[in-house]
Amino acid sequence: MAEMTYIQAISDALRVEMRRDPRVFLLGEDVGVYGGAFKVSLGFQEEFGPWRVIDTPLSETAIVGGATGAALMGLRPVAEMQFADFISCAWDQLVTVAAKQFFRGGTPIPIVVRLPSGGGFSGGPFHSQNPESSFAHIPGLKVVCPATPHDAKGLLAASIEDPNPVLFFEHKHLYRRIKGEVPEDRYTVPFGYANVHRPGDDATIVTWGAMVHTATEAADELAKEGFEAEVLDLRTLIPWDKDRVLEGVQRCSKVLVLHEDTRTGGFGAEIAATIAEEVFEHLDAPVKRIAAPDTPVPFSPPLEKAFIPQVDDVVKALRELAEY
Amino acid sequence: MAVREAEPVGSLQEVKEAGLDREDLLAIYRNLLITRGIEERGHILYKQGKIPGSFYTGRGNEGAAVGLGMAMGPNDVGTPLHRDMGVHITRGVEPWRIFAQYMGREGGPTRGRDGNVHMAVAELGLHTMVSHLPAMLPVATGMALAFKIRGDRRVAVGWFGEGAAARGDAHEAMNMAGVRQLPVVFVCDNNQWAYSTPTYLSYPIEHIADRAAAYGFEGVVVDGTDVLAVYREARRAIEKARDGGGPTLIECLTLRMEGHAVHDDAFYVPKEMFEQWAAQDPIERYRTWLYAHAGLTEDEESELTAAVKRILNDALERADESPLPESATLEASVFASPEDLDTPHHK
Repeated sequence: MAEMTYIQAISDALRVEMRRDPRVFLLGEDVGVYGGAFKVSLGFQEEFGPWRVIDTPLSETAIVGGATGAALMGLRPVAEMQFADFISCAWDQLVTVAAKQFFRGGTPIPIVVRLPSGGGFSGGPFHSQNPESSFAHIPGLKVVCPATPHDAKGLLAASIEDPNPVLFFEHKHLYRRIKGEVPEDRYTVPFGYANVHRPGDDATIVTWGAMVHTATEAADELAKEGFEAEVLDLRTLIPWDKDRVLEGVQRCSKVLVLHEDTRTGGFGAEIAATIAEEVFEHLDAPVKRIAAPDTPVPFSPPLEKAFIPQVDDVVKALRELAEY
Repeated sequence: MAVREAEPVGSLQEVKEAGLDREDLLAIYRNLLITRGIEERGHILYKQGKIPGSFYTGRGNEGAAVGLGMAMGPNDVGTPLHRDMGVHITRGVEPWRIFAQYMGREGGPTRGRDGNVHMAVAELGLHTMVSHLPAMLPVATGMALAFKIRGDRRVAVGWFGEGAAARGDAHEAMNMAGVRQLPVVFVCDNNQWAYSTPTYLSYPIEHIADRAAAYGFEGVVVDGTDVLAVYREARRAIEKARDGGGPTLIECLTLRMEGHAVHDDAFYVPKEMFEQWAAQDPIERYRTWLYAHAGLTEDEESELTAAVKRILNDALERADESPLPESATLEASVFASPEDLDTPHHK
């Protein structure tokens, strides 16, 4: 075991996969000589050469489409969007081509698109978004949102191994802020299994990504008042661990769904609806939902603070659940 | 780098130099006849209500498609479009599977998941198009990128139309291919009409192939009704790409001889234009050439047309025996499993 930051765990996963499988290669803007905008692939070009760490033109469509074509020919491309926000430029390649090719043609598209996402540092409307819900709505895409260094490494290995297009949302605000023990050897974290990030029986908080840490801070705060909330980290949205969420709701009878993405049509709505459909009679309080408001991500610090769910917001919601 | 206009192919000697023997020449004729035959029969089936959805043909483009298909090597790959039935036929797709595809049957290449010409058989090196044109061009570039990374002596062919040339995917795909000098050939089926939009409203230059210069590779315009000229240019471009010479943009000039789809009577296309291009129908033109230069006899021709008729009759019969897909299988086909990976088309 070694202590790693979240971003080191991502680099480590890529390096391990590229060393063990010559079919794995990286492509994206500035990923080679520069090592990527966040330095995830720093030093990779020296180790693996310029044809496995490919600096592309500013062409998100050609990056994702190119990855798709290379995957059809048997390679295992890992494409980097410099920021998750720029995936909108490649929407068609993901949604129209990659997501539907196996369904239509019977040919799997084993690609991973790495998406540095999320806010918290005044990145403004185009460098802070969490567009995971948009893609969770598209049949044929898998959506992965690690919250810890351990899961970042294991889920990235699993993403590369997966025979489908995988969107790997790595939260930029966790990159250098979160550290944890990470096994040095290769391992995979399977998709579709939630992780209990913090145990508790009084309420279950269903969340993912950076909000796992926000939720944990809030739950720790409430624990001082004797209210123990469970923090359930979904880890992957497609597939999502419905069974574990429903088990948590049945056990705790109170639930808070929390995400950094905007509210309307966010994945939290899907979770809340499923809870209402399947375990309504187990609820002792209405489902609570905390999400960003339906606005673009704002730039100025007080506005951004109002946009991203804060520990205090979660504390308040948990108190309301406790008192219900 | 000015665009080059390809010469027509005149003599049998030229054809031999381009790598075709007499057997190949007859195979081309057969593939042209099957291509048109499938689309004519499909049209009838559609009118009989046996084909759901819509129906598209590539009438007028058969020569361009068959010529390209003939020029591809056995391990080459491509992403043909809805006017390129001839590519599928030339690569060896069994005709019954195409009828099954039209009718939404299990036996079609997409097993009823998609319809009409949205199909391809991956084992034959072809990958299925999407409606969003030219979204398959970046995919073709990616296939070529894989070949370059691995050092395979293989070539990818990506098709688009002159209408789709207006979209950004075409630019990104060709630019990246040019930057990396990838083994890919871009083929523009320029049939002069993007649905009802004429060329002068699609692009402001003389030839789409002129754009190749902007991406650092050669562009060539070829008469798409001359199957042999298309073959020669395609062969040249494909072998150049195979030898590390980078991409080529081939523009095949034709006229779309029917509407965008069968519901469209193409009233907006001037009658004289249809008349002019009907006089250079690719199949009739090739037939005439075969008589003049390759010693085609009437006996040979009637034998060939009878064989094609048999193939189509059998294909229709077999397609009709193919079952409709079970609705219970629908959700199981969204995600691939590990065992779906590394099938022969991947290697």
